[in-house]
Amino acid sequence: MKQSRIILIYLLIIIPTTLYAADIKEHRLDNGLKVLIVENHKAPVATFQVWYRTGSRDEPAGKSGLSHLLEHMMFKGTPRYGPSVFSKIIQKYGGTDNAYTTKDYTVYFELFSSDRIMLSIDLEADRMENLTFDPKEVLSERSVVMEERRLRYEDDPQNSLFEEVEAAAYKAHPYQRPVIGWMPDLKSIERDDLYNYYKALYSPNNAVIVIVGDVKTDQILERIKSSFGNILPGSLKKNTNFSEPEQKGERRILLKREAELPYLLVAYHAPSFPHEDSYALDVLSLILSGGKSSRLFTSLVYEKKIALDVDTDYDGFNRDSYLFFLDATASPGKDIKDVENALYAEIEKIKKEPPSEKETQKAKNQIEASFIMEQDSIYSEAMKFGIFEMLGDWRLIDRYLEGIKKVTPEDVVKVAKKYLEEDNRTVGILIPTKNKN
Amino acid sequence: MKNSKYWKIVIIFFILNFAFLFLNFNAVSALNVKRTVLQNGLIVLHSEEHSLPIVMVTLLVKVSQLNEPKDKAGLANLTAELLLEGTKHRKSTDISEEIDFLGASLDTSTSRDYTTISLSVLKKDISKGFELFSDILLNPVFPQMEIERKKEHLKGSLRQSEENPSFIAERAFRKEVFGEHPYGRLMEGSAETIDNIRREDLVRFYSDYFRPNNSILSIVGDLTEEELNAFIKGYLDDWEKANLPPRSSNGLDEKKTKKVVKIDKDLTQANILLGHVGISRDNPDYYAVSIMNYIFGGGGFSSRLMHSVRDEMGLAYDVDSSFSLNKEKGLFQVEVQTKNESAELVISEILKQTERIRKEHVSDEELSDAKSYLTGSFMRRLDTDRKIADFLAFVEFYNLGLDYIEKYPRYINSVTKEDVLRVAKKYLDSENYVLVIVANQKKAALKL
Repeated sequence: MKQSRIILIYLLIIIPTTLYAADIKEHRLDNGLKVLIVENHKAPVATFQVWYRTGSRDEPAGKSGLSHLLEHMMFKGTPRYGPSVFSKIIQKYGGTDNAYTTKDYTVYFELFSSDRIMLSIDLEADRMENLTFDPKEVLSERSVVMEERRLRYEDDPQNSLFEEVEAAAYKAHPYQRPVIGWMPDLKSIERDDLYNYYKALYSPNNAVIVIVGDVKTDQILERIKSSFGNILPGSLKKNTNFSEPEQKGERRILLKREAELPYLLVAYHAPSFPHEDSYALDVLSLILSGGKSSRLFTSLVYEKKIALDVDTDYDGFNRDSYLFFLDATASPGKDIKDVENALYAEIEKIKKEPPSEKETQKAKNQIEASFIMEQDSIYSEAMKFGIFEMLGDWRLIDRYLEGIKKVTPEDVVKVAKKYLEEDNRTVGILIPTKNKN
Repeated sequence: MKNSKYWKIVIIFFILNFAFLFLNFNAVSALNVKRTVLQNGLIVLHSEEHSLPIVMVTLLVKVSQLNEPKDKAGLANLTAELLLEGTKHRKSTDISEEIDFLGASLDTSTSRDYTTISLSVLKKDISKGFELFSDILLNPVFPQMEIERKKEHLKGSLRQSEENPSFIAERAFRKEVFGEHPYGRLMEGSAETIDNIRREDLVRFYSDYFRPNNSILSIVGDLTEEELNAFIKGYLDDWEKANLPPRSSNGLDEKKTKKVVKIDKDLTQANILLGHVGISRDNPDYYAVSIMNYIFGGGGFSSRLMHSVRDEMGLAYDVDSSFSLNKEKGLFQVEVQTKNESAELVISEILKQTERIRKEHVSDEELSDAKSYLTGSFMRRLDTDRKIADFLAFVEFYNLGLDYIEKYPRYINSVTKEDVLRVAKKYLDSENYVLVIVANQKKAALKL
């Protein structure tokens, strides 16, 4: 058994008075399935999560949306349990379940009163190897996903712009595809595409189980061994490494749609964790938009009143380099060009003059506090371990927090200069074409 | 402002989104809660939980749109928002700077029935957190400049909401269902009513309603009784009680007619809302209605509507029915989005399912599955200090009693198939309802 010295250490650093520490137990079954268990007896609840190391980046060309459609199919049953009863069974026992797909991985989870968590093990083991792919169910679920796409993208102008900008920012890397898939691709996905993808990638040696909650490690591990232990490992292909050629000039996208207000989305290529610049990029993101006292909110929303909202989004927790986003909605009657210029002015400002120690510390405090607050929820805690595990090892949490602590004001200037520059950006503008009827 | 917008909407695709939402409350078996009433009338609920160095504070003030005049709709919301925009000791920017520096959060929000101020803070920063919390609660000054800024911002946000088809649908739906009743209006008000609000309205509204004898304080987390008492002594003992303004009645004219509202927008999906006036939270049939609604359309993948419209017909990503639970009678609604061309088919399926649950008994299995979900998930869904803090205030506000956690399973388990049929007949109407469809009307080609 491995003790989580690391977690203990980082929490002691942040708040020297606390004695709280998560105690992670890590195991690997003979078939390659990795299991992480954190006992937390605060409340009689537990979460069981299965993380598959596959997402939209692993889809074949022309089949965008395949990973996500498979995620839907995982709820459509096995010979043992029959069609579309998975969630019903979970709910009958007072639990809740869901799943989501990202570019890099796919996660299935249940939340239960802790005395019922064993049910997850049987259900998840069963659908890891015995999923039914009834062609009729495939057609029906495909149309459900098309409705989901209409709901989230086709009828949402700002999200539509996001898809356009992401696609324009990449010309080679599969991060250019939306996780939900392009509509023509979705229409082309057949039963066999799903089946082959499932057989190739849903195997114990490509998965990690994360459990957090009021459980007994030895007991639950025995049950996992007996349910998952007999599933044969898959012959995984070597992971393809994708990379994107360097961008050599600004790209601009204009999207004309029925909408109310102009909207701007700017995306800069930026490295992901654990790249040495990722920590300073995180701090930079919070200096720009962490709370109402942040630079962009103060300048664009509070003082100039040219934007209704402004935000940055840098999520460094991707397998490959992704994007550092800035976005803003123009206030009624304001010119989106002025909004764009004001954004760039703030970026230029931080390139010229380092933020104060206090401002840098504020960003770090926000990151550290959110790490502690998130532990209030067993679900969030499990998610955190899962995300870092997908990047290679849950122990990277320690490296992340250490990295954040070391960021200096000069580091922030350095990454702003290096990444937030004109030739490296893709700019999207939503131009409302209102139907006045 | 920093939020994980893209994380939520783009990278993650939940297969459905009802999971944590249905039914408004949760519970844990043994919450050790201490309830005290201060001399000034403030009710204090406290539960110690020392496993994490955090403290969650919720102050619930019994004031909402139910207390505001029609021509100044949005007054309750604007008052709450302005608490954070300047006090006797701090400017707006000082408040956000100090809170952000702690990595804490201090927010206000309004619901249909009440207003809350919430603080989430690390234990080590609790003194500063309490100081800021009590400053915005006790000493707001409503600066004219901030009022103007906030009004413009609210009007801008309302304008932006017009981009959102479900916003347009809900606004039209509430207006038809509730007419002149406050629940028929947006909590933000409209551009016109926001313009009618003056500084003196805000000052008076605050002074009338933000009183200890009109409030509930709920604190959960790493805080001892001694520490809590010191906070109360230091800040809240001098909060003065006062007589509350008399409550004028909000008459609700329940129309018994069918009304169809079609709104044309260039969309790929029809956004459909169908329903009518529902029940109030204190209706004794609440528990039978909870079970009936779970089976009908509230129970996610266990519901009849989800089974037919999504699983069998493949016509929607999500379909959901709900009773909103308020002090006064709230909404009953079915909400669904489907491609324009399928709108009519989905509407007729909803009506068919409504007829069915009004005419036939639910099966034994449906009844027992609903009961085991509702009782079995009760404990599980109260799994964070934040949720517990909000729950305690909620229980107190709706007079459910601190033993509600023990009573709830009994209430649920006593419901029979006959009760379910009776409440379906009584509270669902498949003939007289409001139906709002925001869609590309040409493609939807409704014959309704």
